[in-house]
Amino acid sequence: MAKNEIPLWEVFIRPRNGLAHKHCGSVHAADEVMALQAARDVYTRRGEGVSIWVVPSAAIVASDPLQKEENFEPTASKIYRHPTFYTVPDEVGHM
Amino acid sequence: MGAAATIDRDTLLTLLLRLADDHLVLGHRLSEWCGHAPMLEEDLAMPNMALDLIGQARALYTYAADVEGKGRTEDDLAYLRLEREYLNCLLVERPNGDFAQTMLRQLYFAAFMEPFWKAAASSTDATVAGIAAKAVKEVAYHIRHAGEWVVRLGDGTEESRRRMEDAIEELAPYLDEIFEDDPVTVQASAAGIAPQPSSLRPAFDRIIGPIFAEAGLTFITPPYSQRGGRKGMHGEAMGFLLADLQHIQRTYPGATW
Repeated sequence: MAKNEIPLWEVFIRPRNGLAHKHCGSVHAADEVMALQAARDVYTRRGEGVSIWVVPSAAIVASDPLQKEENFEPTASKIYRHPTFYTVPDEVGHM
Repeated sequence: MGAAATIDRDTLLTLLLRLADDHLVLGHRLSEWCGHAPMLEEDLAMPNMALDLIGQARALYTYAADVEGKGRTEDDLAYLRLEREYLNCLLVERPNGDFAQTMLRQLYFAAFMEPFWKAAASSTDATVAGIAAKAVKEVAYHIRHAGEWVVRLGDGTEESRRRMEDAIEELAPYLDEIFEDDPVTVQASAAGIAPQPSSLRPAFDRIIGPIFAEAGLTFITPPYSQRGGRKGMHGEAMGFLLADLQHIQRTYPGATW
């Protein structure tokens, strides 16, 4: 990061109590207090949420897009991992 | 606030117009930053605050038009009066200057309005109390937002500090006016409608004090104080502001969107 660049923060909003915080975007801010304010001003203008998390973007460890195939493609052939793969006997009724 | 005395219609109207004009003019000033802010985050934050202020102004103008009872609407009051009929304090019409000056002006006004709305929330006038109850939450955020910037600019780089100090000096002559009592505020206070401006100074100082201390900024006493806004005597900047604010309604009367 360049010396005078303002750090980037990832913003997570909880739309309602009981739901999880969901990633909605990012803001620039000098520190965590300003990041929360910026997130409030940028992402909650239409009543989107009841709680905000901000996380330094630099703190997020992401999977490598180049490893996408080895990471995710092997699961495509394993349809037996979905519950719908199995037929439930009629006697069981609703599960 | 006692509720013994009553207020006459003209005095109540003046009180409401002063308040409404303060909010409309400052809201307009903030809106001038839209598209010009130093960063995208502030480009949304300032119009957010502007919309809070203009929303408060609308409620106040609507009530003022009702009190006046001459068939004028909130738009007539906001857009179709002459400069000398605007009763806002001079602080809110001061040009934006740089970002530091805009944030300091915002902090000053919000630190004045927060105790005002808190007191007005128990106003004997139900409409004023209703407007106050909504505004008090909005203004609390304005203090936080502007206050955090004042701290960071004051305690930031050499340049940001110089800009904050310049802003303090530039706005110093316009502070005393907002705390001035006169027959209108005396009557409003006696009727339990709104607090005396002078009574809000200690609360204002309690808000500004810690922010300036954290920012390492010093409050200055101005060599003179400028007054006149409450009587319709405005600075040079006001005419330009009104030209910008009013030209659509004056060019296309009754225009809506």
